[in-house]
Amino acid sequence: MIVAKQKDIEEIIEEVKDYNKILIAGCNECVTVCEAGGKKEVAVLASALRMYFMNQGKDVKIDEVTLERQCDHEYLEEIRKMIDQYDVVLSLACGVGVQFLAEKYISTPIVPGVDTCFMGVTEERGVWSERCQACGQCILARTAGICPVSRCAKRLFNGPCGGSTKGKCEIDKELDCAWQLIIDRLKELGRLDDYEQLTPIKDWSTERAGGPRKVVREDVRQ
Amino acid sequence: MRLQYPTNIKIICLPCTGKVDLIHIMRAFEKGADGVYVAGCLEGTCQFNTGNMRARKRVEQAQKILEKIGIGGERVQMYHLSSSEAPRFVQIAEEMTEKIMALGPNPIKIAGKKKAA
Repeated sequence: MIVAKQKDIEEIIEEVKDYNKILIAGCNECVTVCEAGGKKEVAVLASALRMYFMNQGKDVKIDEVTLERQCDHEYLEEIRKMIDQYDVVLSLACGVGVQFLAEKYISTPIVPGVDTCFMGVTEERGVWSERCQACGQCILARTAGICPVSRCAKRLFNGPCGGSTKGKCEIDKELDCAWQLIIDRLKELGRLDDYEQLTPIKDWSTERAGGPRKVVREDVRQ
Repeated sequence: MRLQYPTNIKIICLPCTGKVDLIHIMRAFEKGADGVYVAGCLEGTCQFNTGNMRARKRVEQAQKILEKIGIGGERVQMYHLSSSEAPRFVQIAEEMTEKIMALGPNPIKIAGKKKAA
């Protein structure tokens, strides 16, 4: 899922302090799981902002809504009838949701309430780590399910490098060497011969480095 | 034991302090509470394992937020005691009351009165 972190409340206050009618829009998917922008976080943020503005002596209307997702037309349409009541929408969805809202509702300012970090997993409650960088050409079949693009600091395809020490990466003692993990896993799977086969040079044009991307499926287009 | 404790305290009973959520604490202050304290079981004695420790974490979260928005993090506190420790309960009630009296009323109430005036 997409992992995000809520912005510091001081930053959020700076973004919304000039408005009098704020709608805080949460998202029921990824940001709920990483406890950054779900219904609970919307409620807490709304309460905090209400108290902040009351303390300042400012009369601000703050409403809450949590959409199923903010990356699909149907869900964003749900707020069409009410959005004109507000001067600004503080979206706690990932960057995707904030942008889609802004595209849909061009006359209402949309501001982000979270910093979108990466695509990753929940290792345990409160700890999320990166697993995928959407490189567009998945080679996990060759690397025993461990991604060298997102987990190797040098994104090596035929690692490890000389800096791999005791299974840790040379840039950070806490960071596992992805290639150590790959080799260990291939060993467990009894497929260490796969490691001997060289992986060819990657075509990076499918990665973000090749420009903003799009997927079109003519077979499902209406 | 028929002990006396300050009358300005409203008690909300819960099966476990693990049921206290951050939003409950926030709403209490939003509605004008001057202070909130969560009295949970002693560490290690929670019947539901970690309810009291979860409450502690949530109280700490609340303290951070309240400090940042200008209400004051010291207005919310977590206490651990056994349900049989009546004198401790009284001591906590008095301690909290004293602390909140020293801090003064919830700034929102003052700001509200200023506006009305």
